Amino acid sequence: MAIDLTIKVAGEGGEGVISSGDFIMQAATRAGMEVVTFKSFPAEIKGGYALSQVRISDQKIPSQGDGFDILVAFNGEAYEVNKPLLTPGTIMVWDGPKGGDFEPEEHDGVQMFAVPMSDIAKNQLKNYIAKNMVAMGAVVELFGLPEESLKSSIHDKFIKKGQEVVDFNYQAIELGRAWIRENYPDRKVTQSFPESKEQKDLVILEGNQALALGAVMAGCRFYGAYPITPATSVGNHLVDLMHHVNGTVYQAEDEISALATVIGASFTGVKSMTCTAGPGISLMQELIGLAIMSEVPVVIGDIQRGGPSTGMPTKHDQGDLFACCLGSHGDAPRIVLAVADVSDCVYLTIDAFNLAEKYQTPVMLLSDASLSIQTEPIPRPDMSKVKLVAREFAEPPAEGEHFNRYQITASGVSPMGAPGIPGTNYAATGLEHAEDSGPRTNIETRNAMTEKRWRKFDGIEDAFTPIEREGEDGDDLGIISWGMTQSVTREAVARLRAQGHKVSALYPKMLWPIPQKQIEAFAKSVKKVVVPEANFQGQFADLIKMRTNVVPIKFNAYRGEPLIPKEIENMALNLLQQAAGAAPKARLAIH
Amino acid sequence: MALPATLNVHVTEPLKPKDYRSEIVPTWCPGCGDFGVVGALAKAYAEQLYEPSSVTTVSGIGCSSRLPLWMNSFGIHSCHGRAVPVAIGAHLARPEMPVVVTIGDGDCFSIGGGHIGPPARRNMNMTVIVMDNGTFALTKNQNSPTSRVGLPGSLASGMGNLDEPMNPIELMITYGATFVAQTYSANAKHMGLIINQALSHKGFSFVNVLSPCPTYNKVDTFAYFKPRIHDINEEGEHTTLTDRAAALVKAGELYEHHKREDAPVPVGVYYKVDKPVYAEKVAKVREYYKATDNPQWDEILDRFKP
Repeated sequence: MAIDLTIKVAGEGGEGVISSGDFIMQAATRAGMEVVTFKSFPAEIKGGYALSQVRISDQKIPSQGDGFDILVAFNGEAYEVNKPLLTPGTIMVWDGPKGGDFEPEEHDGVQMFAVPMSDIAKNQLKNYIAKNMVAMGAVVELFGLPEESLKSSIHDKFIKKGQEVVDFNYQAIELGRAWIRENYPDRKVTQSFPESKEQKDLVILEGNQALALGAVMAGCRFYGAYPITPATSVGNHLVDLMHHVNGTVYQAEDEISALATVIGASFTGVKSMTCTAGPGISLMQELIGLAIMSEVPVVIGDIQRGGPSTGMPTKHDQGDLFACCLGSHGDAPRIVLAVADVSDCVYLTIDAFNLAEKYQTPVMLLSDASLSIQTEPIPRPDMSKVKLVAREFAEPPAEGEHFNRYQITASGVSPMGAPGIPGTNYAATGLEHAEDSGPRTNIETRNAMTEKRWRKFDGIEDAFTPIEREGEDGDDLGIISWGMTQSVTREAVARLRAQGHKVSALYPKMLWPIPQKQIEAFAKSVKKVVVPEANFQGQFADLIKMRTNVVPIKFNAYRGEPLIPKEIENMALNLLQQAAGAAPKARLAIH
Repeated sequence: MALPATLNVHVTEPLKPKDYRSEIVPTWCPGCGDFGVVGALAKAYAEQLYEPSSVTTVSGIGCSSRLPLWMNSFGIHSCHGRAVPVAIGAHLARPEMPVVVTIGDGDCFSIGGGHIGPPARRNMNMTVIVMDNGTFALTKNQNSPTSRVGLPGSLASGMGNLDEPMNPIELMITYGATFVAQTYSANAKHMGLIINQALSHKGFSFVNVLSPCPTYNKVDTFAYFKPRIHDINEEGEHTTLTDRAAALVKAGELYEHHKREDAPVPVGVYYKVDKPVYAEKVAKVREYYKATDNPQWDEILDRFKP
C-alpha cells in the first residue's frame, strides 16, 4: 500500500509557517520521497492566516490533494479555520498545553498531541523565532520525518549565518523531540512518513523558479518587468540565472514600460519575456497589439490571481483567460498556453519561446498564484535534449534590392531584419502597413496583411500538439481542463477510473488558437463534456462554445483556492448519475 | 541567417545625409517644423558615420513620431507615449547600438510622462529628441503640456488653455539627464550642432526642438520665434555647463518670453555632465558574476538539487 501523507502547518504569517513547510518538503525530497506543496498566505507582509501544506508519497503524486492527514496548528486561528476538517483519522499537533493561545475541543477519532512550542521557544530557547523548529522536532519524533535530511536542509539554509545558528536550530528540534518522548511514551501514531530511499537525479523547483529556468533554457536573454504579486519572483530567480548566461533583467517603471522594453529588445533579435499578473495584463493590452501588428516575438507570462481590479493578489484564480485570448483591440491573433505543473513551467515555457520565434507573435503563458509557489521535484532537465527554434532572420538583400519586412508569404511568416544584418533595416510600425513596412490603408493591403497575420496560425493545432487524451471512446463523461486544474483532474480521473467509472479527460496546453478539431473529436467520443475551472464565468467553456460545436457543462470555483480532486470526483459522480443537467456548484474548500 | 554577434556601428566610407532618408514621402503639412528635424537628423547620422543597419530610431504616435518611417535606419514607430521604454529595451539588448528617440511634446510629457524619468536617472546612453510644437496636431489641435496659457485647443476651456506650460528643460535636469539642450528647427546650423553633441554625448541626452506647427499653433510660429531666438551659450552668458544649480536657474527663464514682449526665446546647451552610464554599471555586475555566453548548464542545474 502506497503511503500518501499530507501534513499541513498553519498559523500566523511571519512565524515560520511557510519555512516549516519548505523544510519538510526539502527533507522529504532529500530522503527520496515524492512531494507536492501547497501554500497560501495573505497579501500583507506580516500577520494574517498562512498555511503551508506538503503532500508526501513513495509514488508520483499528481496534485496537492484533497486535504490533510496531520495538522500542525501554531495558533487559535489555525485551529478555528481547520476545525471542520479535523475528521476521524486525522491528527493534530498543537501549541499547548501551556503557552499557546487556544484550547482545542474533543474531536471524535482525531489524535491530538499538545506540544508547547511557543513556551519552549520563549522560555527554554529564549527566542520565539524557534517555535517552528520545536514543532518540526515533534513531527520528526511523531511521524518519522527523517531527522538527518531535515538537519542537512537546516544546515544548508543557515550555515551562511554561522554554525551557532545551525546548532541553535538543532537544539530546538531536539527539544521538540524530547517533549514527545517524555509526554507521549506510549503513543500509537496512525500516520507516518514513507521509508527513506536513495535520492534520484532530481531538481526541486517552485513554479516561478521553474518558469525562470525554462526561459533561460529557451534562450531568453532579456527580461523586463514591474513588481507584482504573484509574478515578481520570476524576476527574482532570473536575476540570479541571467548572471550565468549574460542576460539582462530590467525593472521598469510600470507594466506598460515592461512590455515596451521587451518589444524593443526582441526587435533587435534577442529572445525576451515579461511576467505579470492580471492588473499588468490589463495595462499591457495596447502593447500586445503593437507586438501583434509589428510581428515582434515576445513571451508574456501571466501568473493569475483573483481579480478584477486588485482583487486577491495572493490567491488562486483562472480568470484571466478572456483577457489573454481576446484582449487588445482589433483583430489581434496570438497564442495562449497554460501550465499545469512545475514540469510544464520549465518545458511549456521553452515551447512558448519556440512558438513566439516561429510565428513572430506574442505568446501568453498562463500560470497562477498557487502554482507560482508550488514546489515539486522533477527529473533533472537535460539541455542536450531541448530543441530550440531560431527566429527566421532575413538575408542581406541583393545590391539594389529593397528589403521587405512584411513580405506576403504562404505561411504568413516573413523573414525578420535585425540590427547588424546589412540592408535589412525597416521601421516596425503599429500602423497598418505594406510589405515594405510603409503605412498604407488601401483595401488590398489591409485585406492581405490582416489575412497574413491570421494565416500564420492556420494548422497550428497540427503543428503544436501538447494535448493529451485519457480514457476510451464511448465513455460516459469527458472532462476538459486547463492550467493547474489539469493536475487535480488527473488525480480525480485516476480515482474514478479505478472505481470502474467510464470517464475520459482531455488536457490541452495550448488554449488559443483553440484546438478545435481535437476538442470536437473528444466531445464526439464521450456522452457529455464538462469543463471545471477556477473562475466564475466558465471562461474556457465559453471559448469552446464560441469556437467549436461543443457546448460544455460548466463547473466553477472562484473562492481563491484551487479545485481539489475530491470536488472533481464528486462532480463527475453527480454528472454520471444525472441524465442531463448542470453540474453542482463547487463548495468544498481547502482553507 | 544567424544574428551577428557583433555590430559594426560605423561605416568606413561616409554616406550622404540623403542616404539616411527612406523612400517614403513624409505626410507632414507644408511648412511643418519637423521637416527641419528629419533633415538635421539625417545629416547628423551621416556626420556620426552611423551604419544605417546598426542604428535604431524609435518614436511613439503623433505627427512628429512618423519620423522613423522617413529615415533609412532601423525604426520602431511604437504606441502613443511608449517610445522611450521601447528604446530602452533596444538599447539594453544591444548597448553598442546608437538609439535615438524622436517624439512630440504630447508623447513625451503627457501620455508618456512617466517613462522619461527612469532612463534619465539611470543615465542610459541614448538620445531623446522632442519636437515641441505646443499642440496635439495629429488629432487636430488640443492643448499639450507645453502649450502656453490661452492657446486655443479643441478640448480647452472655451477660453483657451488654462494651464501654465511645463518646463521640459527643468524637468529633464531634475530627472538626472546628463545632456540637456534646446534648439530651433528653422536654424539648421544650431540644430545640427546640438543634435551632434547629443549623439556624441555618453549618457542620456535630451534635446527639446522648438518645431512650429503652421496648421494649429498660430502663436508660436516661425515669425514669432525668428526675431526672439537667442543662443545662451554665446558671449559667456551660460558656459559652465556642469553646474546643475546654474542650469536650473537658466532653465527657469525658458518661458520669460510668454510674459515679456522683449524677452528672448532661449536655445543652447543648459547642462552637460559626465557620469557613469547604466550599461557600464551593468557590465561591471556581469564581470563580477563572470557572466558568459556559454552557460555551464550542469553548474546552473546543480543549484536546484534538493
